Amino acid sequence: MKLLRRIFPHPHLTILLTLVWLLLANAPSLNSLVFGLILGIIIPFVTQPYWPDRPKLRNWPMVVEYMLVVLWDIVVANVTVAKIILFKRDADRQPNWVCIPLELRTPEAITVLAGTITMTPGTVSCDLSAQGHNLLVHCLDTSDPDAVRDQIKQRYERRLKEIFE
Amino acid sequence: MDFIFELLIAFFLVVSGIFGFVGSFGMIKLKDPMSRLHAPTKATTLGVGGILLASICHSVLIEGHLSLHELLITLFLFLTAPITALFIAKWHIHRHEMPEDLPDAGEDELWATHAVEQVEDVPDHSTN
Repeated sequence: MKLLRRIFPHPHLTILLTLVWLLLANAPSLNSLVFGLILGIIIPFVTQPYWPDRPKLRNWPMVVEYMLVVLWDIVVANVTVAKIILFKRDADRQPNWVCIPLELRTPEAITVLAGTITMTPGTVSCDLSAQGHNLLVHCLDTSDPDAVRDQIKQRYERRLKEIFE
Repeated sequence: MDFIFELLIAFFLVVSGIFGFVGSFGMIKLKDPMSRLHAPTKATTLGVGGILLASICHSVLIEGHLSLHELLITLFLFLTAPITALFIAKWHIHRHEMPEDLPDAGEDELWATHAVEQVEDVPDHSTN
């Protein structure tokens, strides 16, 4: 078991790298599978010193749920923002800064949250407070910054907390 | 049957075209730099996503082989696009926003961009 841990210090990364290699090759064959596996073993082994205390993913069903929620939100938000751009006069639009107090402490989790906020149209994450306790988000059009904050905390942060912490 | 497949592919292409257009149009219509940052997020999500879906459908339904290359493009876009947006936003805060214009940063007092000591005086080109 210890030897296995030595050879595969990061099993998820091994699987991910193999999958990415297979996708790059774009034709499933034994050759690319073997070469992908070799890459998947060498790269985590070499880069091991760079991630001394990486977080463990705890809740795999939640990871899938999170991805589906984000994809759905991207489609819905795209339509909303398209309406704002096409039909709303620029003077009526209320751009606003929103401050989101973070309960997440893991750097990886905060990165995922910030990336998600940027990829859903209508909100862009702009900055982190000096010690990383708050996230600054710019909103394209909102009359109620508190509602945006609550929605982000409820939809994304709650799920990420279950995944990472 | 081919007709239905082509209709599906055309639908995805039209959707991606519309959102690509709205994204570019937003760049012209929106007036302040922070709002302009919102427009490209549409082009990179549904705009590119539509084309990739159309491409997958075309290879599976018409050419008859599975091609999942496109998933990688989505993966790499989702990794890189937020970083670009963050850098542009941080640049904007650094050059054009004062700490008192932004919402309160709570117990940390300052946002990270302002917490950095200004070492040298960079000339302001924004007025030209």
